[in-house]
Amino acid sequence: MKKYIALVALLVVSGFFLLSAIEMHSFGSPAEEDMDRYFIENAQEEASTNNVVTSIVFDYRGFDTLGEATVLFTAVVGVSLLFRRLIK
Amino acid sequence: MIGNLPFVACVVLIILGLYTLIFKRNLIKIVIGLNLIECGVNLFLITLGYKSDSIAPIYTMAGKEEMVLPTPQALTLTSIVIGLATTALILSFAILIYKHYKTADASKVRRLRG
Amino acid sequence: MMSKIVRTITNILYSSIMIFGFYVIMHGHLTPGGGFQGGAVVASGIALVLIAYGYDTVKSWIKKSNLSILESIGGLAFIGVAFLGIGTTFFYNFLANSGTLFGNPTVIGINPGDLNTAGALPLMSWAVGLKVLAGLGSIVLLMAYGIKKGDGK
Repeated sequence: MKKYIALVALLVVSGFFLLSAIEMHSFGSPAEEDMDRYFIENAQEEASTNNVVTSIVFDYRGFDTLGEATVLFTAVVGVSLLFRRLIK
Repeated sequence: MIGNLPFVACVVLIILGLYTLIFKRNLIKIVIGLNLIECGVNLFLITLGYKSDSIAPIYTMAGKEEMVLPTPQALTLTSIVIGLATTALILSFAILIYKHYKTADASKVRRLRG
Repeated sequence: MMSKIVRTITNILYSSIMIFGFYVIMHGHLTPGGGFQGGAVVASGIALVLIAYGYDTVKSWIKKSNLSILESIGGLAFIGVAFLGIGTTFFYNFLANSGTLFGNPTVIGINPGDLNTAGALPLMSWAVGLKVLAGLGSIVLLMAYGIKKGDGK
């Protein structure tokens, strides 16, 4: 009985997902591109690098990289905490 | 000719991950379902930033000067690493549950035993 | 401990995987790559050695305290390089176009790359690469330890 209710719920949710995927804006023409045009034109003078994606990750948005390094450190601390009781 | 097929492919990945998360009972299969949802979302982020007839946003020995949007690619890098941290923690929990209850069935690990 | 064929191939392939990983970390500002991708490649090399030789042999080659020191050095170097440009703002690229350590200016437009460019970006890329390498290696070693030690309870 519970399986049939779960199956009907999954079908309804997947119907919503597929409908919204078909009705999105056409593939190949993004909605807004002013910020990325600034990044592509000015990354070679200001950050003096050839790779625009690396200049965004480390120079224009370096604060997100700092937060993500913290998440990686927390994962290592969490795993080392879970396997602690077996070490005598 | 292609239409919106890349968006539909990402949504099919998410639906398959949801099906595995709800209907399977082995612990490792539940972890695989969570990872499938993660992969579908990352693919959707990259697909949002494509421009027609453009190349990768790198200036070293490039072919032409029209490039795709570089910002979703930078955000997807962070998302992949966070997904890795989540998978590592949930796999460690699966190992500890198997050692304590001697079974890997998610519907038999309900009672709190000493 | 796997068979003889697997161990021989691991002996040959291990150095190539490490050199390719460090190449991807080093040239992060010219070609696709950077800190995270190169760190993941080197960590997969460590996982290959762990699978081929078993945990009891690898335990005496790679110590967990050394990996923890490497990760701390990587994290502190990342924050240190970010603080050095505090004259203008946090995370300021104070070495770009300046003429000292990594300071050549870049030719505008399509060009073959020059390794000496891009200021503080290779330093931050090395710091993040070390952090990811040590973190993924620690996770894999701890899981191998946790599976083995609980069998004899």
